[in-house]
Amino acid sequence: MHRRDFLAFGAAGVGGLVLPSMFGRVIAAEELGNAIDVAVKKSLADTAMNAARGAGASYCDVRVGRYLRQFVITRERNVENIVNTESSGVGIRVIADGAWGFAATNDMTADAVAKAAQQAVAIAKANAPAQSAPVQLAPTKGVGEVRWKTPIVKNSMDVPIKDKVALLMDVNAAAMDAGADFIRSILFLVNEQKYFASTDGSYIDQDVHRIWAPVEVTAVDKASGKFRTREGLSAPMGLGFEYLDGAASGKTVLPNGVTVYGNSYDMKEDAVAAAKQARAKIKAPSVKPDKYDLVLDPSHTWLTIHESVGHPLELDRVLGYEANYAGTSFATMDKLQSRFQYGSDKVNIVADKVQPGSLGAVAYDDEGIKTKKWDLIRDGKLVGYQAIRDQAHIEGKAASDGCAYADSWSNVQFQRMANVSLEPGKTRQSVADMISNVEDGIYIIGDGSFSIDQQRYNAQFGGQLFYEIKNGKIGQQIEDVAYQIRTPEFWNACVGVCDASDYRLGGSFFDGKGQPAQVSAVSHGSSTARFNGINVINTARSLG
Amino acid sequence: MSILTEAQAKAILTKVIALSKADECTAQLTGKIQGNVRFARNDVSTAGLTDDIELAVQVAYGKKVGTATINQFDDVSLERVVRRAETLATLAPDNPEFMPAVDRQTYKPSPTFAQATADITPAYRAQVAKTSIDACKAQNLIAAGYLEDGQSFSATANSKGNFGYQRSTMLDYTCTVRTQDGRGSGWVGTDTQDATRFKVDSDIQIAMRKASASSEAKALEPGKYTVILEPMAAAGLIGFMFYYFGAREADEGRSFLSKKGGGNKLGEQVFGPQVNFYTDPWDPVAPCEPWDEDGLARQRMDMVKAGKITNLNYSRYWAQKQGKPAVGQMGNILMTGGTKSTADLVRSTERGVLVTRTWYIRMVDPQTVLLTGLTRDGTFYIENGQIKYPIKNFRFNESPVIMLNNVEELGKPVRVPPDEVSMNIVVPPMKLRDFTFTSLSDAV
Repeated sequence: MHRRDFLAFGAAGVGGLVLPSMFGRVIAAEELGNAIDVAVKKSLADTAMNAARGAGASYCDVRVGRYLRQFVITRERNVENIVNTESSGVGIRVIADGAWGFAATNDMTADAVAKAAQQAVAIAKANAPAQSAPVQLAPTKGVGEVRWKTPIVKNSMDVPIKDKVALLMDVNAAAMDAGADFIRSILFLVNEQKYFASTDGSYIDQDVHRIWAPVEVTAVDKASGKFRTREGLSAPMGLGFEYLDGAASGKTVLPNGVTVYGNSYDMKEDAVAAAKQARAKIKAPSVKPDKYDLVLDPSHTWLTIHESVGHPLELDRVLGYEANYAGTSFATMDKLQSRFQYGSDKVNIVADKVQPGSLGAVAYDDEGIKTKKWDLIRDGKLVGYQAIRDQAHIEGKAASDGCAYADSWSNVQFQRMANVSLEPGKTRQSVADMISNVEDGIYIIGDGSFSIDQQRYNAQFGGQLFYEIKNGKIGQQIEDVAYQIRTPEFWNACVGVCDASDYRLGGSFFDGKGQPAQVSAVSHGSSTARFNGINVINTARSLG
Repeated sequence: MSILTEAQAKAILTKVIALSKADECTAQLTGKIQGNVRFARNDVSTAGLTDDIELAVQVAYGKKVGTATINQFDDVSLERVVRRAETLATLAPDNPEFMPAVDRQTYKPSPTFAQATADITPAYRAQVAKTSIDACKAQNLIAAGYLEDGQSFSATANSKGNFGYQRSTMLDYTCTVRTQDGRGSGWVGTDTQDATRFKVDSDIQIAMRKASASSEAKALEPGKYTVILEPMAAAGLIGFMFYYFGAREADEGRSFLSKKGGGNKLGEQVFGPQVNFYTDPWDPVAPCEPWDEDGLARQRMDMVKAGKITNLNYSRYWAQKQGKPAVGQMGNILMTGGTKSTADLVRSTERGVLVTRTWYIRMVDPQTVLLTGLTRDGTFYIENGQIKYPIKNFRFNESPVIMLNNVEELGKPVRVPPDEVSMNIVVPPMKLRDFTFTSLSDAV
């Protein structure tokens, strides 16, 4: 699904028969607890690999997938939709005559899988004449039969639907009582049961869980014709249903009294705050466009990291493989060699596929590579990219970084962003300490509008909540704020990052890339950070 | 085989409807076969084929609704899917906005199917990639592109005797061509249901010309300019706006089509007098299915006439609540224009900017539909009716509502690929006054 379509769906809602086809077949809730027997998966994988080899493949990997999703969608006092979807099938990728081929089938019989494997080989052979150089895979050793599961406390799929509906209805009622005119609250719950096997000798069974609980509250002032929304300040996470316990340990109260969330989310509390803040946004004065020092909360910064660091440091973009869709990158290979000054010496950015609680955490990627954490930017200098098996040699690396992913058994795996995060500052510094030194600035909380060019130079970001900072003190709430950056200048304007006690994750549940388009989920952590002299524009317009 | 004939589809759907014991039952059967080839750096990178078929059953007891789907069609499986939907319905809370299944509809078939597209083979796809790559290699350019094609069928039926069947095909080709030094970039795209209308040899030349012509770009100060938007550049902004044409949001006070003090802007002059939008499932260039997601028959419908809002998108629930007739919601966006080409519009421009493509368009403020995004793959400065030189890309912050009040002239409408839009879209090239560019981008 295109990210755009998803946003439209989130804003407008859909009918009962529409949503399932985007994600798989609809099933009963009790079926969500089931899994395919590992022995069956291994047998299917072996059948496919034998058929591929027999047809002339020099390499084959097989993904036997069961992708489960549950959505509970509500507005105000109504449940709009409850959908459980399952998508099961087998995706087979081969190299034959030096070219890639891929075929997938939802028919999980030995015959159908063997036929799909042969079809993948035929596709590879059809494409080989147009290929100038054979695919070169970074070597890896088979890991035998292994298993991994996201370390969750409460499996979201086991929580009864009625409890989920009761939770959202309670959230909505509280927001309406607090002055919201409209509220939409949603639970997105995902379980990927993924089995990977390859002719390298790996048989990897993984059980991956993710959760997202977005809220959007709208306040309307009919007399003036103005309306404003405030979206939730939660993050999608690689956690179970325990994320929604609203534990006190997950809350942080910022110096201006706004509550933000870490490993636990209090949805009701946030919705009530959103109702009041959305109303306040209608009356808030409009920003004066100028250059300001920006203090960015992690609930906001994740998206700036995602767009201006995560994407440009994907090696497939750097090389031009995404030129026709997501775009290329300004951070070209020569900049890696010259250790390009991407940011100030306060900027240390890591890629991480093992971080607990993150959306991207797995033990093995979708090419069977053991995952890890590695440096992208160290002391402000560009030191690495994110690469998969058929790209590693181009960067001069001996091995893949382990960041291949496919969003379904029916789509081919390719390079996707790891969790990419800004390391906290090494010296002790709280948010209050940071703000006390700002003379003329804006404090931004929550992510908003975002747009960036195809080489990731010029970006514009909005937010959810904006506050003036004058002479070290947080002042009134303001509106119509967006800042425009040129990526290297922005990161070189970073003059401080708060310490680890303020570190929180944000993330994207539906990050789009590739053709056919695929989504992936990825987290980005940071502590509150300060950027000096950033160009802020006023986004208010009049339609007359 | 995922493509069923009308008789095969009807037989399955009739069985399903007869099996249901609920107050009412709606069933939809869809199947598709899609193939693709992707290339980059003058090499094929991936190619694939997917094949899928699905039956969705929705039943209702009173205001309780349950939905289930399955991809097997033996009698036992059909019985199972109906019972599962019924079980889910009994467990569901009442939906206060429940609408009963649509009455028997008359669907006039629309021209969404072309045999030439259904006949496409892996060899055809490989040849499209090869033609694109070979042409670029010959001129020392680099191609990255994607071809996706497919055939599908859709059948719908319900317990009130409604039935519809339609076959469709699609072909979507896009290619980005870059110069070896990375200083020039061009793009081309074709979207059609009929593969005989797709000419890769001539399409690739368009992208190659733009790539070469956009090198050595000069910087122009950001600000307000007269612009000529090629259809692809305009489509992103216009398509985005139509996501916000919902009557309910307008009536609820949270849309650019809400009126100060309450109500919506139906009947009001919102755009300049040259602006006309309509929707028509039988459009020969960009047809869509003759029914909407609820199974309601679509019809040709003016959305904007001479700048006035003539229709909004009403859900069946909202239409009933507002006492409006329920009609099928729009499935394509068609804008009228004149007869001139983009080149003709350039010739009549004293000073301005030609934008060939827009990119990464996002909502900044839904109150005014203020959108931000960037130009890419060829932006040019126009002086005295001629393209003088390529210019660096701009970021814009502009509302399509304001933009369509600043129309100088519209050219000949063409269908463009659905980049930021999920509906088929036909848009003319357009000359506009005072388009707002807010910063420069170094991206090529």
